[in-house]
Amino acid sequence: MIPTQEQTESVVPEERIEIAVRRDVPDRIYRGVATAAGFTTLALMALIGGFLLFRGASALRKAGFSFLTTEMWAPDQGGDFGIGAVLPYTIQISLVALFIAVPISIATALFITQYAPTRIRRPLTSLVDLLAAIPSLIYGLWGLFYLQPRLITVGKWMGDNLGWIPLFKASGPAPHSIGQFAASTFVAGVVVSLMVIPLCTSVMREVFAQAPMGEQEAALALGGTKWGVIRDVVLPFGRGGIIGGAMLGLGRALGETIAVTLIISPMFVRQFSIMEQGSNSIAALIALKFSESNANGISALMAAGLALFLLTLLVNAIASVIVGKGRSGAQTEI
Amino acid sequence: MSTINTQSTTSNTSQTSSGDQSIIHSAGEVFIESPRGLSARNVSCWFGEKKVLEGVNLVMRPLEVTALIGPSGCGKSTFLRTLNRMHELVPGASLAGEIQLNGDDIYRGAMPLTEVRRHIGMVFQKPNPFPAMTIAENVLSGLRLSGLKVDRHERDDILETSLKRAGLWKEVKDRLGEPGRALSGGQQQRLCIARSLAVKPQVLLMDEPCSALDPSSTRRIEETVQELSDTITIVIVTHNMQQAQRVSKFCAFFLAEENQPGRIVEADLTAKIFTTPRDERTNAYVSGHFG
Amino acid sequence: MSEIVEERIKPRRFNPDEVATVALSFATALASTWLLLYVLLPFDGALGFWLITYIVFIAVVLINSRRRFGKIASQDLVAKVVVWSSALLVLVPLVLVVFYVIGKGYHALRPRFFTEDQRYVGALSDATEGGGAHAIIGTLQQVGLAAMISIPLGVLSAVYLNEVKGRFAGLLRTLTDAMSAVPSIVAGLFIYASWILALGQQQSGFAGALALSVLFLPTVTRTAEVVLRLVPGGLREASLALGGTDWRTTSTVVLPTSRSGLATAVILGIARVIGETAPLILTVGGAFVVNTNPFGGKQDALPFFVFRLVRFPQEAQIQRAWTGALVLLILVLVLFVTARMLGGRGPDHISKFKRKRLQKKGLA
Ligand SMILES: Nc1ncnc2c1ncn2[C@@H]1O[C@H](COP(=O)(O)OP(=O)(O)OP(=O)(O)O)[C@@H](O)[C@H]1O
Ligand SMILES: [Mg+2]
Repeated sequence: MIPTQEQTESVVPEERIEIAVRRDVPDRIYRGVATAAGFTTLALMALIGGFLLFRGASALRKAGFSFLTTEMWAPDQGGDFGIGAVLPYTIQISLVALFIAVPISIATALFITQYAPTRIRRPLTSLVDLLAAIPSLIYGLWGLFYLQPRLITVGKWMGDNLGWIPLFKASGPAPHSIGQFAASTFVAGVVVSLMVIPLCTSVMREVFAQAPMGEQEAALALGGTKWGVIRDVVLPFGRGGIIGGAMLGLGRALGETIAVTLIISPMFVRQFSIMEQGSNSIAALIALKFSESNANGISALMAAGLALFLLTLLVNAIASVIVGKGRSGAQTEI
Repeated sequence: MSTINTQSTTSNTSQTSSGDQSIIHSAGEVFIESPRGLSARNVSCWFGEKKVLEGVNLVMRPLEVTALIGPSGCGKSTFLRTLNRMHELVPGASLAGEIQLNGDDIYRGAMPLTEVRRHIGMVFQKPNPFPAMTIAENVLSGLRLSGLKVDRHERDDILETSLKRAGLWKEVKDRLGEPGRALSGGQQQRLCIARSLAVKPQVLLMDEPCSALDPSSTRRIEETVQELSDTITIVIVTHNMQQAQRVSKFCAFFLAEENQPGRIVEADLTAKIFTTPRDERTNAYVSGHFG
Repeated sequence: MSEIVEERIKPRRFNPDEVATVALSFATALASTWLLLYVLLPFDGALGFWLITYIVFIAVVLINSRRRFGKIASQDLVAKVVVWSSALLVLVPLVLVVFYVIGKGYHALRPRFFTEDQRYVGALSDATEGGGAHAIIGTLQQVGLAAMISIPLGVLSAVYLNEVKGRFAGLLRTLTDAMSAVPSIVAGLFIYASWILALGQQQSGFAGALALSVLFLPTVTRTAEVVLRLVPGGLREASLALGGTDWRTTSTVVLPTSRSGLATAVILGIARVIGETAPLILTVGGAFVVNTNPFGGKQDALPFFVFRLVRFPQEAQIQRAWTGALVLLILVLVLFVTARMLGGRGPDHISKFKRKRLQKKGLA
C-alpha cells in the first residue's frame, strides 16, 4: 500500500532512518590512526605529570607542604629545600614582563588592525611573527650584554629617587652603586617581555580583526573619532582576546628559562624589590642546578618542575578557554 | 529552443511501461513508478529537532530532467541532498522515509554509502574544482576518490568523453595541465560537471548550478544539461522559472508555509505546472506573485 | 572629449595641524626633560632620558591638543600618537637584536666554524680557532629527528581535530592549546625522568630530539589545524559526492589543498624549535667533538654550545658563543624567509616536480 499525500498528514510517527555507515578497511585504519594521534597529546600530558610526580615524590614526601614555603635550596646535602622564594620571584618576573608587554601589545595590535595603511599590515604581521621566531637564547644574550647595562641606570635612578616605594627599594644609603641593580627581577622581566609581546600581539590582533565592521562604521557614521570607535566597539569586543592573550603571555613568561637563567643571579631568599640584584625562577633553578645535583637534588628539581608544569597548564587552559570562546568556527565558503 | 527532447521521451515511455509498475500518488497526481530512476517516498527531514521537510513523494523519471522549484528556504536543497546521502553529513541532521535508486533502497540497502554517491553525482551552487589539481586531474579525481582503477588508455578516454559531454573539451584540450582554477566561472562549473560524469553516475543532482554564473555561461550549462539528459537522469534545483521551463520535463513545486516544514504542493509535467497548475499557490508562484 | 583633468580626492591620513602640534609637543618634551634631568635631577643613561621624554611628550600633546582641538579630538590624537609609537617601539628590539648579534659574531666567523670542532681548542686559544661543526651537526640531527617524529604525528592529530572530528576533539583541542605552552625546561625534565632515569638510557642526541618533540608536537598540531580549517567545506562535500571515502577525501583533496600552508606551519615550527636550549641542557649531554651518531654518546647542540661558552670568563670563549649565536640567528632567519615564501604560494601552484610526474603520466 502506497501512502498518498493526505494519508501522511495523519499522525503516523515517522521512523527516522538510523544511519549506519560501513567504512572500508583503509578508512577504518585512517580514522583509528588519526584518533590515536589525537590522543598522544593527552597521553603526553599524563606522562609528563606522572613522571615528574613519580620522580619528585621522594623530595615532596621529605619536604611536605614546606616545599612551597621554604626559602632555601640544599637538597643535595640533605638540607631543607623549597620554592618559597623561587615561586614568588617567578611570578614577579612574569608580572613585570606582562606590565610592559600587555599595553604595548594592545597598541601594536590596534596599530596593525586599525591604524596601519592596508599595504603594510601583512609585512608588519610578519615582522611580529619574526620577533616570536628569534630564539630566547638570543634575547637572553642581548639582554645580558646590551640591555642590562642600560637598564640598570633606570634601576639606579629609581632606587635613588623612588627608593621609599618598597617595589623599588635598594638596600644601603642613597647614592647606590650601579652594580647593585644588575641581575635583578626588573632586568629579567624586561627581557622576558620581549618574548611575550609577539605572542600577546598576535592573539589580540586576531581578535581585534574580527570586531564587527558594521558597528565600527555605525560608530564612525555617528560622528565618532577613530579612538571613539576603538574605545566603544573594538576594545569591548576584544576584551576576551586581551585577557586571553595576557594569560597566554603569562604562561609563556612563567616558563621562560634561558633568558632568565642568563640574566639573574640566583637567590633563595625572598625580597620584594624588583630593582635590587638577585632574583630567581623555577625554570632557571632547574637549568642552573641540574648538572650539580645528586639523586636527592634531582628529585627536588623534579618536584619544582611539577609545580611549574601544573602552574603553566592551569594558566594556559584558562587562556585557551577565554580565547577559544571568541574563536570563529566559520569555515571558508565555496 | 525546444524544451523536451522528443526522441528520449518516446524511448522512455516504452521503457517504463514495460517495467514493473506501481502507482504512486503525489499531491493527487498519478505517476508511474519505474524500477529505474530515483524515487522518494514519504521523505521527511530534520535539522536537530527542527523539521524542515515533510512527507515528500516524488518520482524522478529515468533519462529525464526533473526541476525542483519553490521559494527560498522551502527545503529544495535539503531534499536534493537526501537523494545522494549528503544530508547526513550535517551534524544532527536526520531523515525518515525511503529513497530508491532503481528499486534499491539507498539508505537501508546493500549498496555502500560511497557507491550511492558515485552513482548519484552532484553539482554544487558555486563551482568548486579542487584547487590543488590540474584540469585533467580534476576530471579524473572521482576515479581516485572512489578507488576505481583504469588503465591509461581507458583513462584518456574517460577524460576526453567527460569533457566532451560537459561541453568543455574544445576549450581546454590544450591546457589540461593548468590548474582547474585558471578557468572562468562558467568553465569551472562545466569542469565540475565533467568531474561528476567521469565516474559514470546514473543520476546527476544539480543545486542551482547557474546561480553564480553570467547569462551566457548559464545558457551553455543549460545546453549541456539538455544533451546529458539523453544518457543520464537529472534533478535540478533552480530559482529561475525560465530555466525550469527550458530544461526540465517534470517539475515539482516545494513550499513551506509559515512555521511549517516544506512539502511538495504539486508535481507534474513542467508544461502543465507553468500553464495549468491545479493548485492556487503554484499558480501564484510561477506567475511571480510571491517567493 | 573634454580636457578636464579630474582631481581625485585623497583622504588625508595626517592633518597638518595635528602634525604641527605633535612636533611642537615633542620639542617641548625634549627640552624640558633635558632641563629636568641634567639640571635638576642628575641622571645618566640615554634609556631613562628617552623614557621620561616620552612620558612628558604624551602629556604635552594632551595639553596642547586639548587647547587647540577640544576634548574629543585631543583624545583621538593622543591615542594615535601612543599607538603609532608603540608599534614603532616593538620593531626597535628586532632591529637592535639582529644587528647586535651580527656585530658581535661576525669577527670570528670563519669557514672553519662549519668544518671543525673544539677538539684542539683550549680556553685560551684564539676565538677564530676551532669551530662549531659538532654543535651544528648535533642540532641538525636532533631537530631532524624531532621533525620526523612530530610532523606526521602533529598533522595527524590536526586531522583528527578537524577532519575526523571525533567526539573528543573539543577536549583535545583545549589540551593541545595548554600543552603548546609547556615550559621548555619541563620538556627536558620529562625526558630526563622517563627516557634516561626510568628507561636507563644515556644522554644522547636522540634524547634531545625526544625533548624537542614534546615542544614541537603541540605547535605543529595547532598550526596545522588552523591551516586545515581554511580548506573550504565545499571541497570536502564535492569529494564525498564523487564517492570518496573520508580517507581519500583527506589524502587527495584536503591535505594537497593546504599543502603550502602546512609547509609554512611546519617550517615556522622548526625555526622555533631550532633555538630551544633548555630541554637540551638536560638531555644531550654536551660535547666538544663531532659525534655523528644521535643514538649513541653525548652530542652537542648549537644553542647549548652558545649557552655553555658564554658563561666562561675568557673573552675568546664568549666570542665563540657569539659566533654560534650568529649562525643560529642566520638559520632561524633563513627558515623564516623560506616559510614566508612558501606561504605566498596558492594551492594551485604546480611545482616542477609535480609537472614532471604529470608528464610521465601523460597528463600535461
Ligand atoms: N545546516 C542546517 N542547520 C539547520 N537548519 C538548516 C540547515 N540547512 C538548512 N536549514 C533549514 O532548512 C530549511 C530548508 O533549507 P534549504 O537549504 O533546503 O532551502 P532551499 O529551498 O534550498 O532554499 P534556497 O532556495 O534559498 O537555497 C530552511 O528553513 C533552513 O533554515
Ligand atoms: Mg538551496
